[in-house]
Amino acid sequence: MSFESAMARLGGSSISVSSVEACSMAKGETLADTIRVVSGYADAIVIRHPKEGAARLAAEFATVPVINAGDGAGQHPSQTLLDLYTIRQSMPIDGIDVALVGDLRYGRTAHSLASALSLYGVRLHTISPPGLELPPSLAEGLMEKGMEIINHTDIGEVINDVDVLYVTRIQRERFPDSTSYFNVASSYRITPELLAGAKKHLVVLHPLPRVDEIDPRLDASPHARYFEQSKNGVPVRMAMLLDVMG
Amino acid sequence: MKHIAPADTGDEEGERLLIRRIKNGTVIDHIDGGEALNVIKILGIAGTTTETLSIATNVPSKNMGKKDIVKISNRELSKEEVDRIALITPRATINIIRNFRVCEKQGVEIPTLIVGSVRCPNPGCITRTNEPIKSRFAVLPEGKGLRCTYCDSVITKDLTSYII
Repeated sequence: MSFESAMARLGGSSISVSSVEACSMAKGETLADTIRVVSGYADAIVIRHPKEGAARLAAEFATVPVINAGDGAGQHPSQTLLDLYTIRQSMPIDGIDVALVGDLRYGRTAHSLASALSLYGVRLHTISPPGLELPPSLAEGLMEKGMEIINHTDIGEVINDVDVLYVTRIQRERFPDSTSYFNVASSYRITPELLAGAKKHLVVLHPLPRVDEIDPRLDASPHARYFEQSKNGVPVRMAMLLDVMG
Repeated sequence: MKHIAPADTGDEEGERLLIRRIKNGTVIDHIDGGEALNVIKILGIAGTTTETLSIATNVPSKNMGKKDIVKISNRELSKEEVDRIALITPRATINIIRNFRVCEKQGVEIPTLIVGSVRCPNPGCITRTNEPIKSRFAVLPEGKGLRCTYCDSVITKDLTSYII
């Protein structure tokens, strides 16, 4: 929706295909063919797809620019640009401490953000349920680039030391039953009380939608920046569209 | 001038007894013992094939202790094809045989890209669908494995189990 808003504000129009059923893929057409066809209809393609690597495939077959708006549990680079922009509104990014909380294994926003933050000398703190840690290959690659990654089991260990708290959704389907999910989810819930000793300039971000990860009472806190972060998605995506089509 | 190079690579008595000389084709020698079947698999000549294959496994070798040998009649493999096997047996040598003579002999080099011969371990990868693409892996430096160039999944061990 934010890409559509961005395109409209630029004075352009967009053709949205929100489900497989709404296009020829429902008839068995490959993504490669769909992309080749759509390349003839549009000046750029923004793709969100459930398979990892789909955007790279699309870029190989498209004759117009392709923007990855999320590929399965892979990457979400456009979200990362607006995340960086939102952090930058509050502080310089270089050398800060950022905590990633939640499902870091399947959370594509966390993957892309961690990769981008490695360019800024950021110290990364990760807090995730067992089995949902940052993928080892990604973590090793970041550490080879010189990024310091510190794993924690409890948010309380690190909450008073970080400059950015980036919270992601823990998906219910990753757990064998509802009880397991609620037990884990409750221990990763961000509340005003948890932030009582936090740095004054701490910003709390979330790619949204949230479910139970952030207590709604936090919405009024000056730390809460997730709705502004979401709003930033429009100008950042306007800039991206302009960049690839300008 | 009479060419006196030994026929293909049968430089040890035991090998000559095990595998006959080939008139034309490719001999892959100095394969690590026990890896021959994986070699023909990664070369894409396993299963239904029209090639005449001779395979010797765990042949005694002075330098390697044990080695495997694969001979493929009437087909000259290109260096690009054969370099793929360097991932599982980096000491292998390739001999091109023409009229029983060794006409070319060279080692294998680890390529930078592996296309179409390794399956991505990630079931959610786009290469595991019916799309008209081949799997593609970048070979990581220092033997750190292979990285899928579509989904970034990394294979660090048991490479042979991912050979298509």
